[in-house]
Amino acid sequence: MSDVIIEGTNVAHTDAAHGEHHGHEHHEQHFITKYIFSQDHKIIGKQFLITGIFWAVIGALMSVFFRLQLGFPDDTFPIMEKFLGEWAKGGKLSPEFYYALVTMHGTILVFFVLTAGLSGTFANLLIPLQIGARDMASPFMNMLSYWFFFLSSVIMFISLFVQTGPASGGWTTYPPLSALKEASIGSGLGMDLWLTSMALFVVSSLLGGLNYISTILNMRTKGMTMTRMPLTIWALLFTAVLGVLSFPVLLSGFVLLIFDRNFGTSFYLSEIFIAGKALPNIGGSAILYQHLFWFLGHPEVYIIMLPGMGMASEVLSCHSRKPIFGYFAMIISLIGITVLAFLVWAHHMFVTGMSPFLGSIFVLLTLLIAVPSAVKVFNWLTTIWKGNIRFTVPMMFALGFVSLFISGGLTGLFLGNSALDIHLHDTYFVVAHFHIVMGVSAFFGMFAGIYHWFPKMFGRFMNNTLGYIHFFLTFAGAYLIFWPMHYEGIAGMPRRYYDYTAWESFNQFSDLNAFISVAAIIVFFAQLLFVVNFFVSIFRGRKCLTKNPWDAPTLEWTTEINPGHGNWEGEIPTVHRWPYDYKDDGNGNDFIPQTVPLKDGEEAH
Amino acid sequence: MSGLTSIVLTCLVFFIIYQIAKASELAAILRGEEKSKAQTNRLMAWLLVAFFFLGLFGIWECHQYLMDKMLPESASEHGVEYDKMFTVTIVVTGVVFFLTQTLLFWFSFRYQSTEKRTSFFYPHNNKLELIWTTIPAIAMAVLVVIGLKNWGKMTSEAPEEAMVVEVVGKQFNWIMRYPGADGTLGKRDFRNINDVDNVLGMDWDDKSNLDDIVLQNGELHLVKGKPVKLIIGSRDVIHDVGLPHFRMKMDAVPGIVTTMWFTPRFTNAEMKEKTGNPDFVYEISCDQMCGKGHYAMRGTVIVHTQEEYDAWLSEQQSYYAINNGAPAAQPEQEIDSVNVITMK
Repeated sequence: MSDVIIEGTNVAHTDAAHGEHHGHEHHEQHFITKYIFSQDHKIIGKQFLITGIFWAVIGALMSVFFRLQLGFPDDTFPIMEKFLGEWAKGGKLSPEFYYALVTMHGTILVFFVLTAGLSGTFANLLIPLQIGARDMASPFMNMLSYWFFFLSSVIMFISLFVQTGPASGGWTTYPPLSALKEASIGSGLGMDLWLTSMALFVVSSLLGGLNYISTILNMRTKGMTMTRMPLTIWALLFTAVLGVLSFPVLLSGFVLLIFDRNFGTSFYLSEIFIAGKALPNIGGSAILYQHLFWFLGHPEVYIIMLPGMGMASEVLSCHSRKPIFGYFAMIISLIGITVLAFLVWAHHMFVTGMSPFLGSIFVLLTLLIAVPSAVKVFNWLTTIWKGNIRFTVPMMFALGFVSLFISGGLTGLFLGNSALDIHLHDTYFVVAHFHIVMGVSAFFGMFAGIYHWFPKMFGRFMNNTLGYIHFFLTFAGAYLIFWPMHYEGIAGMPRRYYDYTAWESFNQFSDLNAFISVAAIIVFFAQLLFVVNFFVSIFRGRKCLTKNPWDAPTLEWTTEINPGHGNWEGEIPTVHRWPYDYKDDGNGNDFIPQTVPLKDGEEAH
Repeated sequence: MSGLTSIVLTCLVFFIIYQIAKASELAAILRGEEKSKAQTNRLMAWLLVAFFFLGLFGIWECHQYLMDKMLPESASEHGVEYDKMFTVTIVVTGVVFFLTQTLLFWFSFRYQSTEKRTSFFYPHNNKLELIWTTIPAIAMAVLVVIGLKNWGKMTSEAPEEAMVVEVVGKQFNWIMRYPGADGTLGKRDFRNINDVDNVLGMDWDDKSNLDDIVLQNGELHLVKGKPVKLIIGSRDVIHDVGLPHFRMKMDAVPGIVTTMWFTPRFTNAEMKEKTGNPDFVYEISCDQMCGKGHYAMRGTVIVHTQEEYDAWLSEQQSYYAINNGAPAAQPEQEIDSVNVITMK
């Protein structure tokens, strides 16, 4: 398999299609085509990243507001009224807006930050650079992908300001709650905007995903066989595959919901009496929506996790100065995760009254995912074993990623096992589980990537000291926030409650909730440190003076410090070896770039 | 005003941190990059070790602080099995957790970069990889077997002798229906619902409805040691009957009937004694987001002895009788006073 070389297209492509791009240094592009409606994958990646950061700050700020309510239900915070106006009259969040905030926090973080902001950024930045292509297969489609995302963002942002508030039925927007205006104030205009925005988001995601797949399959440079691709590319490939195959199903679910909301159909509605009258709808199934939603919803979790896994693999290997352990096992486990990701969606639905037999099948398949995940963890551990570890900021985040992935992954064994899920379902145990694994852990993968590839993006470094402060505050904060939440969940404390004071069983956690809120607020400010560091470093950061600051063997570091559109000035590089040759090159370096031919008698990996 | 001050203060703190960070970066360059890199590396290695031990200490402290806030012994027969299975899973995952985290932090510290160290070129080892594919697979198989055994039990058909109660969710409270003397729940149709005298839309042409008892105060009365089968439904959006003390939970979906069954083990009085909490009460939480009042959709379970239950039941009037002025209409007040007796 490693001998199969798909070549040719790229070389031809280079001369013919990219001829006009080549001389870009000779004529200055207009600001608008260069930075705004850009077709350069590197610029598009940065656009995704910066939009993602914008959304992350908003999403995190929302969590600060609702954590204030959860931690201090008896106090008022006049400052909230300044931000939220009517929704927080007298400094006290209204229940309606609490639910709107929870909903938007989930939507924003899951879709706009950890899907678009994460794979949008790194798929765009890394795919052409690491496989040795001048750009994506279709730069124009790539540009459209960002602008659909932008449009979707604008609509979602507008929905925050409509009079009846944004969608407030949870990020999963289960009907009938989300389908009936009578059921909740947020199910009015806010929900229509939410659905429109998400539909556009799916379009963006599909345009991007198809492009990533075709680029990886067709545009690899000479010598870049599939098995010489860095694990980041493998991870991004499967991320795109997951998205392309599952987002359309989500869209179909949304379309049916739009029909039920506006055109009187009964896909999800049956036998409902609300607001003093019986609705005419009969024969639909509210559970059908959940199947359609989770058919994306579960792969979505891996859409969020895989890029982080890929980048952590790359960063751990590079900063340990040691090849990734078990390259093929890593690929096979990625394949295993990708395939299984499609077969486990109903584990979110164990208590919907589904057939117990069906439930057992989903238990089996769900726990199977633990096997490839465990293989990955053991391989990461072996990668750093006997390494020569440089604790750079990206390395710290990659180590944190592994630690959090273990912690959050293990609790999945409780929730995936239906008998245990019965009690833990929709409690804080779930909140703790998914925040650690697909929230913070995925973020750590993203941070590792940002700190690691920042020099490639902007030709400068981010400030290290701030990076270390950011790391330790976030790492400690994440555990302080989410570790105790497991206990609350085991005690049965339900999620998505506005106030627990009236509950004999849950009121006892009020001190703990206050503690968690304080920790969450500190972590929020730590993230602002990152944001400041990011933006200031773009302009004032320490300059990167060498092409290859981390001594990494992959292709992106063979480009100029600030590569133009087309990436390589002359010929695109030819690849001769796998991406993890961290061994003595005979000249005092501890790595051999992929572009260096094998020496006589040297064995290929 | 205080808002403004705190914003200004925050900005100031940010500015100071940023300046320090910038200065430290410059200082590092002045001191010589290689040397300061080596120093930072050592510092970070130690900080990670410190983090690890502080983390272990934190886990211990957290556990000490929260253990006595956990749920008491399971109040249902299913829950006993549940708790056993939970313990097994905790042990399995706990061992893996401590093992892998220790290795992670230990390797990080042990193999920190030094001038003399060179990394060991170790790209793969098929035997090792086979081992750590097989071991998790076996562990998973064990957990799946235990899990499915319990899942089968919990979702099995309720025993013949089980009492039947219907639980219906609506925004934002629970309505319970007891089948009355004939032991049959009558037909109902959502088109008959009105909030004045037919909250469940019972069909009065169906005679088995006439003796059905409807409780609108969110109380679920059960008998110790007697299996109960809940017939669960919803009038409007999806709700969820959450019974944390019984380790049970089931969605209430409009248009679909769901069921669950379990056997209560302790009466309220016994549970008060067990927990040493005179205010103890079994609570029903809505566990599926259902709108703005979701957090207040609270019900209670009252577990009686058979005698207490019979006494309670004999004082209940059928919903039909209450609303149609049948013999000696006793308004809901009567129910409330009974509650007071059973609660205390």
